[in-house]
Formats: sequence, C-alpha cells, structure tokens
Amino acid sequence: MPHPRCGPEDTPEQAWPDFPEELPDLPPSPGREKPPWWDVPEAGPMNQMQFMLLFSRQGKLRLQKWYVPLSDKEKKKITRELVQTVLARKPKMCSFLEWRDLKIVYKRYASLYFCCAIEDQDNELITLEIIHRYVELLDKYFGSVCELDIIFNFEKAYFILDEFLLGGEVQETSKKNVLKAIEQADLLQEEAETPRSVLEEIGLT
Amino acid sequence: MPAVSKGDGMRGLAVFISDIRNCKSKEAEIKRINKELANIRSKFKGDKALDGYSKKKYVCKLLFIFLLGHDIDFGHMEAVNLLSSNRYTEKQIGYLFISVLVNSNSELIRLINNAIKNDLASRNPTFMGLALHCIANVGSREMAEAFAGEIPKILVAGDTMDSVKQSAALCLLRLYRTSPDFVPMGDWTSRVVHLLNDQHLGVVTAATSLITTLAQKNPEEFKTSVSLAVSRLSRIVTSASTDLQDYTYYFVPAPWLSVKLLRLLQCYPPPEDAAVRGRLTECLETILNKAQEPPKSKKVQHSNAKNAVLFEAISLIIHHDSEPNLLVRACNQLGQFLQHRETNLRYLALESMCTLASSEFSHEAVKTHIETVINALKTERDVSVRQRAVDLLYAMCDRSNAQQIVAEMLNYLETADYSIREEIVLKVAILAEKYAVDYTWYVDTILNLIRIAGDYVSEEVWYRVIQIVINRDDVQGYAAKTVFEALQAPACHENLVKVGGYILGEFGNLIAGDPRSSPLIQFNLLHSKFHLCSVPTRALLLSTYIKFVNLFPEIKTTIQDVLRSDSQLKNADVELQQRAVEYLRLSTIASTDILATVLEEMPPFPERESSILAKLKKKKGPGTVTDLEEIKKERNSDVNGGTESTPVNASTVSTPSPSADLLGLGAAPLTSSAPPPSTTGSLLVDVFSDSASVVAPLAPGSEDNFARFVCKNNGVLFENQLLQIGLKSEFRQNLGRMFIFYGNKTSTQFLNFTPTLICSDELQSSLNLQTKPVDPTVDGGAQVQQVVNIECISDFMEAPILNIQFRYGGTFQNISVKLPITLNKFFQPTEMASQDFFQRWKQLSNPQQEMQNIFKAKHPMDTEITKAKIIGFGSALLEEVDPNPANFVGAGIIHTKTTQIGCLLRLEPNLQAQMYRLTLRTSKETVSQRLCELLSEQF
Repeated sequence: MPHPRCGPEDTPEQAWPDFPEELPDLPPSPGREKPPWWDVPEAGPMNQMQFMLLFSRQGKLRLQKWYVPLSDKEKKKITRELVQTVLARKPKMCSFLEWRDLKIVYKRYASLYFCCAIEDQDNELITLEIIHRYVELLDKYFGSVCELDIIFNFEKAYFILDEFLLGGEVQETSKKNVLKAIEQADLLQEEAETPRSVLEEIGLT
Repeated sequence: MPAVSKGDGMRGLAVFISDIRNCKSKEAEIKRINKELANIRSKFKGDKALDGYSKKKYVCKLLFIFLLGHDIDFGHMEAVNLLSSNRYTEKQIGYLFISVLVNSNSELIRLINNAIKNDLASRNPTFMGLALHCIANVGSREMAEAFAGEIPKILVAGDTMDSVKQSAALCLLRLYRTSPDFVPMGDWTSRVVHLLNDQHLGVVTAATSLITTLAQKNPEEFKTSVSLAVSRLSRIVTSASTDLQDYTYYFVPAPWLSVKLLRLLQCYPPPEDAAVRGRLTECLETILNKAQEPPKSKKVQHSNAKNAVLFEAISLIIHHDSEPNLLVRACNQLGQFLQHRETNLRYLALESMCTLASSEFSHEAVKTHIETVINALKTERDVSVRQRAVDLLYAMCDRSNAQQIVAEMLNYLETADYSIREEIVLKVAILAEKYAVDYTWYVDTILNLIRIAGDYVSEEVWYRVIQIVINRDDVQGYAAKTVFEALQAPACHENLVKVGGYILGEFGNLIAGDPRSSPLIQFNLLHSKFHLCSVPTRALLLSTYIKFVNLFPEIKTTIQDVLRSDSQLKNADVELQQRAVEYLRLSTIASTDILATVLEEMPPFPERESSILAKLKKKKGPGTVTDLEEIKKERNSDVNGGTESTPVNASTVSTPSPSADLLGLGAAPLTSSAPPPSTTGSLLVDVFSDSASVVAPLAPGSEDNFARFVCKNNGVLFENQLLQIGLKSEFRQNLGRMFIFYGNKTSTQFLNFTPTLICSDELQSSLNLQTKPVDPTVDGGAQVQQVVNIECISDFMEAPILNIQFRYGGTFQNISVKLPITLNKFFQPTEMASQDFFQRWKQLSNPQQEMQNIFKAKHPMDTEITKAKIIGFGSALLEEVDPNPANFVGAGIIHTKTTQIGCLLRLEPNLQAQMYRLTLRTSKETVSQRLCELLSEQF
C-alpha cells in the first residue's frame, strides 16, 4: 500500500483527522498564581445540564432529554448503565454521585426516578430543586401527577420541560409563567380542533 | 387508563399506548409495534392525502415507539410537513419529533430551517417560541450557520416579548456552545449585558446563563457585567421573602438566579472598584449570615434552595481566595454541615472543603476538622460520601498530619469498597512518598499497601518504591531486610515478589551478613515463589538470579543449576527461555570483572514527576489533584520529590514492553528528563538489547526544518526513505496541542516503534509536555498519530528533542529531530493604535528590555511574505503605526502559566543593502532575546 506522499511544504490534510474543537481543560492555575485580570480567561469548564432521565422503579425509561449531542447508541448505553446504578442505591443514600466524569443528581418521587447529569462545577442542590420544580409543574398541570399521566401524555411532559429548561439551562422559574405558556397553547389547541366522532377516532388507530 | 387531561384529542394514540402497556411479553410488544408501523407506513404512502390531525397523531405514535427504544426510519418528512401547518398543535408535535429524532440529514435540515425561518419571521410569539426551542434542542452547526446572525437581533429588539427573549437567550447560548465561530460578536453584546437590569426576572435568569458563557470566553468584552451582577444579587439577597412573588421559592428569593449570578462572578477576579467589591462582600456576608438564621420552613426545599445559594457563594469566596475572613467563615459553616443529619449536606461539605483546603488562608482551618472527617470514613453508610471523605483527607494532608492520615487510609482500605480501592492505593502511595521524613516509614507503608490490597497496587506504585529505594542509599538496607521478612509469609502477593525480587537482587548483599538471611536462604526463599508467579514476574526473578551470581559468587553453581534446568532452558515462553539461555551463558563465560560491570548496581533514576501522580490525575481527571499538589509544593518547599537533584548517568529511554528492559522496570514512556546523548552507563543495556540505546544526534537538516515551523504550525517535519513525520498543532493562550503523524513509507512493519520526547531539566521546568505511548508496531504504509499536550509554564529558550527508535527489517533505527515548540507559539496578537504603540514602546526603554539584531536577508525581500511571516509568528501586524511605511511593526502578548509578557517588535528592511534591522522590546530580557533569535532566522 503506498504511503500518502506529500511535498515538503504542504500538509497531508486528508490523512489527518480534524482537531477537536476545544482544547482539553487543563488544571486551573492554583489560587495564588492568578494572572492579572486582563488575561484572566481561566478556560473554566462550560457548565450545563447534560441530560435528564425519568425512569420507573422497574427501570422503564419514561422521558429522556439530552442537552448534548450524542449518538443513539451512546444514549442507550448511558441510560442502561445509569438506570442500573441509580436503582441499586439504597433509600437513605445521598442524592449525588460521581459517574464517569459527570455528577448525577437524582430523586425518587413515588414510583418514578428523576435523574439529571451535571458537570463538575455545577451546583448539586439547585439541580435537586430543578427536579422538584419540574415535578411541581407536572403536578399542577395534571392535577396530582402520576406515572400514567406521563406515559399517556408524554408530549405534554416534554412541552412543560421545554418551557422550564432550555438547552440545559433554567429558562423560567416562575410556576405561574410556565403554566401560563402551556395553558395558552392548550387553548390554541382547543380552538383549532374540530370535534370528531368517537368512531372516527377508533377507526383511525 | 387515567383521566386524559386538558385539551387532548388523540384518542388513537391513547389506545395504542394502552395496547402496548397490556402486552404480556416483549415479543407481544414488538408484534404490536410492527403492526402499528405497517399501518402508519401504509397511511403515509396511501393515495388519500392525510389531514393534519392524522399526520400529527401518527407522528406522535412514531415518537412514542422511538421513545420505547425502537428505531424509526421514516416519518421525518411528515413531521417536517407539520411544521408548516397553521395549527399550533400540529406545528408543536412536528417540532417535538424533530427535536427528539433529527439526524443530520442535509435535505431535511434545509426544509426544517426553512420552516423555522418562517416561524421566526411570523411575529407570532408562540410560533417564535417553538422555533427557538427547536433550534436550542437540535443545536446543529447547520442551524447555527442559518440563525446565529438572526437570534441576537430578536434578543435585543425593543418589541420582543419577554418569553421570546428568554428562549432567544438560551437558544443563542446553545449555538454558541456548539459553534462559537458562527456567533458574531457585535453591538448586541453590550445590550445583552444590560438584560441583567431587566424588570422581568425570567429574562434576567435566562440572560445570565448566556452572559456567563460568553464572559468565560471573552472576559474583557463582558467586564461591565460584574457590577450589574453584583447590584442585582444585592437586591435579591436583601429582599424580603415575599418581594419577588413567584420568583421566591420556599421563602428563598430567586435561588436559581442567585446561583447563576454567583457563577457569573466566578468568571472574574474580585472587582477592582472598591464600592462594587464592598457591596459584593456584603452580599456574601448576608448569605453566610442567613445560614445561621432559623429556617423559615421545615420543608427540605427551603433548606436546599438556601444552601444551594450558600454553596455557590462559598465557591465564589474560594475562587477569589482573597478574603481570609470570608474563607474562614466559609470553612466554619462547612464544618457545621460535616455533622448535619442530611446526608446530602455532609457530602457537599466534604466536597467543598476539598477546595478550601488548597487555599493558604483556610488550609489550617480545614485541618481542624480532621477527626470528623476520619469519623465519616468509618461511619458513613454511603460509599459516595466515604469517597468524598477520602478526597478531603488527601487534600488536607501535609507533613504535620501525614502519618495519621496515611494510617487511617490504610485502615479504611481493609474494608473499602472495591470500586475505590485503586484510587485509595494511589493516594496513600503519593502521600507516603511526599511527606516521608523517614523513608523506612515509606517502605513500610508501601509494603502494607501490597499486603492489604495487592491486587489494586498498580505497576506505577511498585515501580516507584523501587525507584526511591535505588535513589536513596539510607533506606536500602532497611528495604532489603523488610522485604525479606515480608516474603516469609506463606502466601504473599505477587507484587511483593516483584518488589522483593528487585530489591534483593540489588541490595541482598546488605543483609547477607546475617546467617538468617544468607545468600542461599535469600535465593531459596525467592525461588520458592517462582513457580506460583506469572511470566513477567518470573522474568524479573531470573534477572534477580543473575544479579545474585554477581553479588554472591558462592551460590553461583546453585543458580546455574536452576538456569540450566529444562523448565528454564526449554521454557515455552520465549522471553523466559531467552533470559535463561543468556544469563546462563553470561555466568559461564564472563570474567568476574565483566560480570561486575554488567551487573553493577542500578544507577539512580532521574527525578521526575511521580508516575503515580500522573496515574491519579488520569483517573480523576485533571483539576483537583494537580491543584492541590502544586499549592502544596509551593507551601512546603521542603516536601520530598521534585526538586532534589540526583545525578543522572543513565540514558533513560522508554521501553516498548516491560520485559525488554533488563529488570522489567522501564521508565514510563513519557517525557524523560535525561540530558540527550550519554555514552556511559549503557553498557549493560547494549549487551542484551538494542531497543534501549542512546539517543541519536540530531538528523541532518533538522535545524532548517525546525526554523520553517517557527511561523507555521502544520507540515512535514522530517522525511527519509523509511519514515515521514508530519505535524499539525494549535495553540491557545499558554496551552497547545500537537498531533505528530508517523508514516511508515515502506511495506514492512516497524517494530518496537518508540518515540520519546526529551526535555532538558531546565526546559522541563518551563514547558510541560504530556503524551501517551504509541503502538509499538507500525504496519507498512500505515500512519500512526501521537498527541502531545503542551503547557507553557514560563518562557523558555530551547526546544524539546523528539527521538524515534524502531526496528525495520533487521536493522535498528534511531532518529532525533528538534520539535518546533517555540516561545512565539504562545503569542496572542494585540491590536493597538499608533499612539498606544509608541507610548508602550517608550515604556520599555530599559536596555535589558530591548534586543536588536541586524542581519543579511536570506530570502528575497518581499513585503507580502514578510507580513505573512510576522502574522505567522503570532503577533498582530500593525498597519499605519510606523511613520515609515516600509517598516513593519507588531504587538502581542506571550502567555505562560505564571505571567503574561507584552511584546512589541519592529522590523526595518534596507533594500539597498539587502539587510534587516529587527528590534524586540518586551518586559522580560530572556523573552526579547529568544523572540529576536527566532524571528531573525525567518527573513
């Protein structure tokens, strides 16, 4: 097999992979060696929620929201491993754990586990309350929410989540504002929908 | 089935979901799904055009099937059609499908982008919201390219609704994360900063995330956000719990926003403005005070939200690391949490205290909690909490408490969870070495480690103990005695046999005077373990035996008998067989003198960073570990390791596999610190192997090639008949990485292919190179790559040497080239106006700051090429600065880890004389000198 030749001045571009976009996070300089402010960029890690998973005690995935691009295969692998890890934990244990290079924050509500992956510098407690606020939103919308509500109205669960969190960041923390947005949408839906007969519904399944 | 809630119409979907739930087996479920997929497929393909409602319902079913974990390979087109529906609900389902299922199908992306474009232009806030959510959810580069210019306009437009602004801010954030190159900075940035003042707290919440990320990358541009963030934070923390209405969460005012603002402030050093700084300190004090107040609610949400803000405030205090008073208060607060009944708080307190331990102001305060932390190690029921306790003990360890902490960790190791044993072993090994006052303690500790957790003691750990024993003659006798005793145990770990074999082979003579450990007893003891050991250990023991032949001539015949036995000479393992044959031969034909030379005591190992530390860093990721290490190194200049100079007389070269080295104790193939060529001391190596020989002198032409890379980053560095070496590198601030590509131009495999980076001791202290070994086999026609991560610690003069050794056919190849990592790579160009330039030029008028060189042009004097070279060199090329337009001036900053050095340069060509005059002015003499040297070679 011939080796890709190239002249002394040009670079064998084809053979070479592209550089990763980001340089690796090298350790931050220790506290006292901080450079003067005008060139501070201590390329701190970009923090955000990586994904959120909802799954049942039996390990059935009920909702998945990914805030970083991953292949379907990776998503499945992560889900499988994480569900196993979290389900193996005992009730009184701490809500946080290190997993790969992420931090996992989880909480169980009745039969459902809510589980978020955040990054090293992220705030665990506020993430725990993100979960709680989301549960409150679901609860308020569905009226004492249960697992079945989320199964049968999974699309609503997604819509509510998108109003609350966008791109892995909190968008709107006011319960009123989030629900107002969702209810307005429901209103639009009802106006738009023409009534249909039950028969037609069943016939179409 | 539950009562289907508001505004729903998709009964067919509900029926389908019920069906799935009623399936008794996985097979039944798959059958039902396949039936449904067939149905949907036929509907989509059917002649009858589907109405929007049906399309929506089927798309929704597909989505449900996908979420169950099945693959979906159709329906995308129908989903895209829904996007252009005028009905909100159809549009919404279309967007949901795209968000969950989109792949980079370029044809579709174009259609999707079209629909998004229409919705963004619709001025209908709900449609705009959907479109923005979709961009934020997918965040692909194609979308960034299409919309990154548009979204900032929406974000800062006066008439945009609040909810749309919120989505636009986070949408832009997502695009900035995936494709910062598409997001143009501009006028909008200053207006975005002012969103921190917005009346709507939801807008502030969303905007703060965006600003934080932008500020991390462009701190100068977003500097004004500091004072705005402080005043916003101040208003929040001083507000009464009901002031913020729906933004108050369980009596805590705007906790999410507070956390985000505190994070934003962590992108900056403490505010320079005294008033702002005072106000921030007040905020932080208020937050700390609130922690002491009685809770306003018994609900865990109240305390979580309150403490979330508190922990973030503590992070900021640690980040600033400038207010001893706040640091100590933070430490006391965390101390209280260490004993809190909530497991979560104990966990976080341990975690947060770890970083506090690295501040000189609070290190002592952290140490006072040692008993509590040790207790946590013993009593916590959750392994993740215990792990944090181990981390904290490691972080708070110094010379004063090392013995206690190491003892406790060893204790814990006996019962520790398997998942964290290896890490604890590494930590114990590092601490024992670092804080050993008495090396007998160190040896005992490591042998204990092997006894308690031998399986988790990695190569790095036992290599290290041997290196240390070899390098310190005060501990050799003790080590020999101790391993001898430890080996008496009926069952001992193989790692102990390795350490024992090596140490007795070197220093067994130190204890041979005692009849209880006579040569023959030592030999019999080791040999009794031989047959239970793996091949590499046996290989090591064979080397011990030949060393014994030299140390103890009286047992030579016993050893020769063992070597001569069939089980050795005819061993099926080629390495063992070869060793037996060669050692036997050596012991028979060599005179005592030659034997003594060949088998003389190992020379000391070059001092370098402990490979254990490198391993721990790798395991834990960068960050915590290094941080603490370096801080401590600084604090206790007397700690062990690192700076003690040891004579280096062996050429250290990495070995492709442990068994190629005589005693299987190869230096980890990282940067070695040996000075390049050295011909003494390698006798021993030459007898048995050519794979570890001296470093070759620089290849011809290496200097020229090196010079070509000063102004560029990519190209071919070296090429001969066999091998091509290409480089591609990038640098940012004081960091960089270089991809080295080794191409085998022949059709024959290269064996034992070993590239090594060599830095002199001096260079090593200014330039940190990290890389991994490459595969020792390079197939014919193949190309392998090696990545070198580079960190510039301080300015430097020399360049590292890249030495490559390999076997090609029957011949041994040894090539050295200079690797073009030069100081100017850490340049960041700085634009400035003429006035600024000359003002700074004048400021740098000290004679040491200037370096000038007048030289003859080596290349044609072409203005454009010269410009390109100056830009390639890394500085900014400043036009219209020099009154003489024929001259070139440049400016930039050299980034090193410790300092930044401003640099100005001026190049004056003289066409008539074909000469140049180059002047460099920087704030540091050595930098002026080096840059002048490098650049003079370029014209």
